[in-house]
Amino acid sequence: MITLYSPMNEKDVRGLRIGQVVHIKGTVITGRDEMHMRALSSKKAPEELNNSTLFHCGPIMVSDNNEWKVIAAGPTTSARMNSMEAEMITRFKIRAVIGKGGMDDRTLKAMKDVGCVYLAAIGGAAVSLAEGLSEVKGVIWEDLGMAEAMWIFDASQFGPLVVAMDAHGNSIYKDVNAKVKRTMERIQS
Amino acid sequence: MIRMPIPLEDVVVNLLRLANTKLPDDVGWALEAAASWETNEIAYSQLGGIMDNMKKAEFTGRPMCQDTGIPVFYVSGKIDASIEEGIREGLKKATPLIPLRPNTVHPLTRKNSGDNLGDGMPIIHYRPTDGDFTEITVLPKGAGSENMTRLAMLNPADGADGIKKFIVSAVLEAGGRPCPPTIVGVGIGGTSDKCVEMAKEALLRPTDSVNENDEERELEDELFTILNSSGLGPMGLGGDTTVLRVHVKTGYCHTASLPVAVNLNCWAARRATVRIMKDGTAEYRQ
Ligand code: SF4
Repeated sequence: MITLYSPMNEKDVRGLRIGQVVHIKGTVITGRDEMHMRALSSKKAPEELNNSTLFHCGPIMVSDNNEWKVIAAGPTTSARMNSMEAEMITRFKIRAVIGKGGMDDRTLKAMKDVGCVYLAAIGGAAVSLAEGLSEVKGVIWEDLGMAEAMWIFDASQFGPLVVAMDAHGNSIYKDVNAKVKRTMERIQS
Repeated sequence: MIRMPIPLEDVVVNLLRLANTKLPDDVGWALEAAASWETNEIAYSQLGGIMDNMKKAEFTGRPMCQDTGIPVFYVSGKIDASIEEGIREGLKKATPLIPLRPNTVHPLTRKNSGDNLGDGMPIIHYRPTDGDFTEITVLPKGAGSENMTRLAMLNPADGADGIKKFIVSAVLEAGGRPCPPTIVGVGIGGTSDKCVEMAKEALLRPTDSVNENDEERELEDELFTILNSSGLGPMGLGGDTTVLRVHVKTGYCHTASLPVAVNLNCWAARRATVRIMKDGTAEYRQ
């Protein structure tokens, strides 16, 4: 089992290959549609974004005596952020994007250029994944609502995550799609 | 056992809690069966992770998925006007209590109501029937799978072949987004709105139930085989398990129409039913 320490550097990331299973220890931030839009339109975006490990997730959080606790935190569909992620990766040197379903070619190219990977979390495995996030360090842009805010976690053992797109232009989704396309063609003919 | 009647809103809270924290047994069995024939290593690990999460959710009483969805309610039996209020109040109470994620927003301003209510919410379908009890079924529907819904108004000439092609493309084009392995709800016939409604209702059927209609069953089996040989796999990462089941529901349609709808449910195929007796006591099942 591979453990990655976040924030990661370019070298850690370039060492990864598709198909590997990893866990993360360290800082993980969340962000979905609204957080992406705001980050890209901000003149001075929060420094937490730099070199971050960005989890596409809108968690369920509860506030217990003014202390935030994470109840459930599974990945959301990453493709919704396709139009924004390449710029996010380039601008903030994001080192890992975690989500479900994979992302497009533009994102894959940005990952190769900058040194970033896409890690697939098990969709819906929200209780197991929340367990690994353990500690809430804070929340930024809380006005976006619970699901859209940027939550900052200190993860103890976050995973399992599959390296699904690496920093060398490889993508499990591309390989799977080629196979799926053959089934489509067979049935269309 | 002495059972005390409890207010309807609390029955609804219990129902939502059951649906969100415990997966119906038949879905668990379908996942186990899938894991037993899965040959792809990554796929196997994904199924293992799903089952692990399912057990943890049940044990800790937490929602199995952070997207607790939009709850779709189906009410049958004896129905009076107070039921809607009870369901609304129950959902409002359940949101911070279970907790459920506040998911409902205004479609244009995107402002979140904070309590899972809002104009048109929650969605309730009424089917009054004879009998002196009321049944409420809830189907919490996450956006990942709901966003992959497809409707086609095919030409009658497209026939069975056209139907199959459309369903297969709908499921495969969705890729990993609806959290496969999915349960595929298919509606064939009706009007456009009825067709989508049937596709969603098909998801209420337990996965271990057998479709009594020969044509529908054959179509279900054939689609199951095609989809699982596609290689899409759990979470779209490859493997033998793309769907857990295909459920087809049909209804008569206009002679010049052939509507087909696909409504997917993720592996977190949550549902629960409560029967409220005449004396106010409640029996829950999944
Ligand atoms: S598709 Fe289902 S399992 Fe996946 S995140 Fe949405 S609700 Fe959860």
